[in-house]
Amino acid sequence: MAKIELKHISKKFKDETIIQDLNLTIKDGSFTVLVGPSGCGKSTTLRMIAGLEKASGGEIWIGGECVNDTAPGLRDVAMVFQNYALYPTMSVRGNIEFGLKNRGVAKSEREALVNDISEIVGLKPHLDKKPQSLSGGQRQRVALARAMVKKPKVFILDEPLSNLDAKLRNQMRTELIQLHRRLGTTFVYVTHDQVEAMSMGDEIVVMNGGVIQQAESPLKLYHDPANLFTAQFIGTPAMNMMNIRDVRGLGLTAGEQVGFVGFRPEQAHIQEAGMIGDGYKLEGEIITRESLGAENIYQIQSRTGIFFVKTFLEPLVEDAQVTVVVPYDQLYYFAPNGERLRGISARAAGGNVT
Amino acid sequence: MTTAWDKLRPYGMVAPAIIIFSLFFIYPIFYMIYLSLFDWNFVSPTKSFVGIQNFRDLLTDADFRKVLSNTTIYTIMTVTLTTVLALLLALWLNRKGILHGFVQGAIFSPHIISLVSISLLWSWLMDPEYGLMNWVIGLFGFGKLAWLSHPGTSLISLVIVAVWKGVGYNTLVFIAGLQSIPGDIYEAAALDRSKPWTTFMKLILPMLSPTIFFLVIINMLGSFQVFETIAIMTQGGPINSTNTLVYYIYENGFRFFKIGYASAAGVILLGIVGVLTLVYFRLLSKRVHYR
Repeated sequence: MAKIELKHISKKFKDETIIQDLNLTIKDGSFTVLVGPSGCGKSTTLRMIAGLEKASGGEIWIGGECVNDTAPGLRDVAMVFQNYALYPTMSVRGNIEFGLKNRGVAKSEREALVNDISEIVGLKPHLDKKPQSLSGGQRQRVALARAMVKKPKVFILDEPLSNLDAKLRNQMRTELIQLHRRLGTTFVYVTHDQVEAMSMGDEIVVMNGGVIQQAESPLKLYHDPANLFTAQFIGTPAMNMMNIRDVRGLGLTAGEQVGFVGFRPEQAHIQEAGMIGDGYKLEGEIITRESLGAENIYQIQSRTGIFFVKTFLEPLVEDAQVTVVVPYDQLYYFAPNGERLRGISARAAGGNVT
Repeated sequence: MTTAWDKLRPYGMVAPAIIIFSLFFIYPIFYMIYLSLFDWNFVSPTKSFVGIQNFRDLLTDADFRKVLSNTTIYTIMTVTLTTVLALLLALWLNRKGILHGFVQGAIFSPHIISLVSISLLWSWLMDPEYGLMNWVIGLFGFGKLAWLSHPGTSLISLVIVAVWKGVGYNTLVFIAGLQSIPGDIYEAAALDRSKPWTTFMKLILPMLSPTIFFLVIINMLGSFQVFETIAIMTQGGPINSTNTLVYYIYENGFRFFKIGYASAAGVILLGIVGVLTLVYFRLLSKRVHYR
């Protein structure tokens, strides 16, 4: 188990700067997920922790030790690769025990370890098969077993589920969470899928353009985004965003600082006839209705552009023209540079401040 | 209703290929086997049937045994040296750089030069009096070698030429093989504390085995049929030290006009090449495809 600290890390490929002055502390025993769009530097960060990529500047500390000049194999980290990177020339057993052999672990001990691990991940009947003859899910388990058997201080997972089909992905997600509980080791997980990040991580690091946007617990991230990017990256559908120029009928304190106003699709209500809701009102035309059973997602074209509304366990609205109400306290405000603005309150223009 | 034309059409379509193939490949092979049972001098209107006498003569002929052993030694040396050298070069060249690109181009260029030019070039390089090779080894303090004109060095001289010509192509194939190995395998091995030697022996070499196998067989088939360099550089000499199977067939057939005898040797070469090809395809069908 180990805490990981990244201090003023930068990474350049030739002239291109991928990461500049990145500072991050990954708590001991946490399940930390690095999430962001493609090319945001999350995989590069991960690979620098593993030692597969050298940082151009700054220091990496694992378990109170600066590992800048430590070879990958000596950092006590284990990695699960996106394409599994299994050794095709070796059997499943060979794959799992290769790291142990290289550490000089005795044969009897190796056998016991391989047996235990293969029991945990359910590979016992496949130990003598070659990876090519296994299914995607089984290969994933071999990759996990190979990492687990070394009992590393840190587990590094680089989009390990992206090659699996949706059902298997959900199953493996749960298994990984359980695995983390059981091992109690620090997990660092990279994904571009925010749903995966939200469901697995107890700490999420949102990255964009090589810069950490926000590092928080999932719920904090959802309810209290630090900026426009996080607000729009986390949540499905994304947070609806309106330019302040298009917003009518909203009186704001310190309104001159505000660049954008946003609200979550699930916080907006479609107003039914006769119902009087207090909040910011938007009128529009429903373009599409997606009914997923328990929830419905509406795409609505309004004067200010397209936005989404999500409802739960409610009958599908059939009207074409609707009024959508967003409670004033569910509005998020952002400065023109994307910074979150707090402590702004709203009222209907001309009415009382709520 | 299927008409006769419907039935015949497919045969009609493949007929041209079959005719050409039969005429230029199948017929000559059978004609060679037929001729190997006769004594004939190429011009006489009558051929006298001698049964398997030609084969008997061949197997008791000391020259032929020498030829067989020359060919085998030449093949083993050429194949081993080419493959090992090409693998080492490929391991070194398997990265991007100005020097690497240049070397790769340089070692490949002999592959596209005609063997006749190469033979003439190397005859000159290996000239005992004025050759560049003797000057080069002189720099390292070695005395002059006779190269092609001494039975002790003539065969290895020809091997050097063959390796020089073949190594570029082999390297290129090895580089392609190396590049088909995903990079994350090396990374996974590094995280598993695998030393470079272990990674090479346990992962890289086994994953290259289909490539190695392909090159060994192709090189063997080529080496067994070596002809041009020998015809131009040594004519089988000195004292038969570089006489190989194909050159021996050529000499007997087209210089001594012992057509039946040459055909019998040709049948033996066909047998050897046939067995090699068979082994290749047998193993090819079994070989592991690593993904």
